[in-house]
Amino acid sequence: MNPQSTLPPTPAAKPPKTGDPGASGGRGRKGPRSEVRFFAGLGHIALAVWAVIVIVPILWTFLAAFKNTSEIFSSPWTLPAELRWENFGRAWTKANVGRYFLNSVIVVTCSTFGTMLLGSMAAYVLARYKFWGNRAIYYLFVSGLAFPVFLALVPLFFVVKNLGLLDTHTGVVLVYIAYSLPFTIFFLAAFFKTLPSSVAEAGLIDGCGHTRLFFQVMMPMAKPGLISVAIFNIIGQWAQYQLPLVLLSNSKDKWVLTQGIADISVNAGYEADWSGLFAALTIAILPMIIVYAVFQRQIQAGLTSGAVK
Amino acid sequence: MRHGKYPFVIGFLFAPVTLYVVFVIAPYAQAFQISMTNWRGLSAPQWVGFDNYRRLLDDGAFWKAVQHHGVLLLALPLITIAIALFFAFLLNVGGKSSGGQRQGVWGAKFYRVVFFFPQVLAVAIIAVLFQMVYRPNESGLINGVLMKLGFDPVLFLVRPNLALWSIIAVLVWQAVGFYVVLFSAGMASIPGEIYEAAEMDGATKVTLFFRVTLPLLWDTLQVAWVYLGIAAFDAFAIVAVLSVDGGGPDGATTVLAMEIYRNAFVYSKYGYASAMGVALFFLTLTFAALTLRLSKRESVEY
Repeated sequence: MNPQSTLPPTPAAKPPKTGDPGASGGRGRKGPRSEVRFFAGLGHIALAVWAVIVIVPILWTFLAAFKNTSEIFSSPWTLPAELRWENFGRAWTKANVGRYFLNSVIVVTCSTFGTMLLGSMAAYVLARYKFWGNRAIYYLFVSGLAFPVFLALVPLFFVVKNLGLLDTHTGVVLVYIAYSLPFTIFFLAAFFKTLPSSVAEAGLIDGCGHTRLFFQVMMPMAKPGLISVAIFNIIGQWAQYQLPLVLLSNSKDKWVLTQGIADISVNAGYEADWSGLFAALTIAILPMIIVYAVFQRQIQAGLTSGAVK
Repeated sequence: MRHGKYPFVIGFLFAPVTLYVVFVIAPYAQAFQISMTNWRGLSAPQWVGFDNYRRLLDDGAFWKAVQHHGVLLLALPLITIAIALFFAFLLNVGGKSSGGQRQGVWGAKFYRVVFFFPQVLAVAIIAVLFQMVYRPNESGLINGVLMKLGFDPVLFLVRPNLALWSIIAVLVWQAVGFYVVLFSAGMASIPGEIYEAAEMDGATKVTLFFRVTLPLLWDTLQVAWVYLGIAAFDAFAIVAVLSVDGGGPDGATTVLAMEIYRNAFVYSKYGYASAMGVALFFLTLTFAALTLRLSKRESVEY
């Protein structure tokens, strides 16, 4: 390695800021300036093109939601002649998007809450208490990370059916919780291990029970980890498609949003209500954009910290 | 302090373990057992041993699905990682450098937010969205443009040799942003001095990318490959919703998950579907083991 490079950069080594964007980037002695500028230019174009590829289909859907069928077919690229809010009304009530949306909210709220409560309880005990069978239970949970859900789909259907929970939200919520436990426990156990034990010991000496210690001391301390996992679970459970498809197939009024939209898309072909479908899609996408825009920093951190195991 | 530990431990573990055993462990265990029977739901299952597996070997739909997983397994990670790496490099080190600080190109923050967004949308919703985008007449987003320009419409989902690639394109569309953010996090932890030193020695951006960034990012790349590989074994929602009649046209886009679903919940062939599930299980496991073995490499300390 070049001995010069081990010197810490000093403020004097900073190149003067100039108006020319290529000037400082081409500082490398042999790297020609034009190469840098060409690369940067190409990069900008590529980034802008991808941004367009991501944004345009979504924007186009929003616009089409205000059009009528003839506009959708004759001029897919123009602005709607007028804002037809009735498309949304039709999607919301007649096509039941409102009901599907509400069902998704109910199911995901309950299952995420359950997952976080049960998952953090189990993770806490497995991470911080020594007892016979601790490792066995931990690995039993973690092994669930490796199995494809489809392997279990047939027996799962019959387990839920035999418990009388088929076509109920309770059944779906319990199944979501069970399948979210492996990752939640895997992630949170590692997190609880990093928390200092001095605080826990102080609490116990002060006469705080194990349960109170968990809810009043450890849970608040683990907040960053809990938020990451909660985001991961909310997005995963909101996006679920195959489990509700199998577990809620017979009662349409209990369907969740993903199921509902997929079904509307099939029926739109028969009923030729394309603007209704676009409106339904908009109703499904827009809230996600808003939530994402508000919490994008936490969401990105939550999902990617979940990915690096 | 030790007092009351066991009641507490049992109290905290009881509900999660019960739920997990009833809804996860028991079904997985039963799946292996059901795969050895000819169970069709009505009469009691009869033990048939490996019959279902023997039938799998002659099942064209099964082999087609396996073949599609092969294509997905190569194409999805390769394309997604290539695009995401390129963007992540631009967004983190593509810009000018000042002192030891590497900077991304102008607008890096905006791009990172926009690119990531599809990750937040449910795949089933995205599939419906792209049904609209891919429509074969002038009402489709792409064909609307093509036909205005006087071209023939492209039958994205209808032409058998194009359909699978149209689906892969959607999966890439959704995944790129996530991996841009993931690789960005990896790149941010590479010390700026290393780039500084390389640039002093006259390295170009291209050299920087291949000789510095890529080797130091190896662990993150491996994680990405495993994740995308596992996604390539699933892909149910997108195939079920986006493709022509669930895996069509004529099985051109079918995947194992689709065949399992169809055999179990349309034809009620529970034993046969479970055998496919077991096959899927071993394929996934083999893939994960192979990836970890093949990509094992001395990680660079820095």
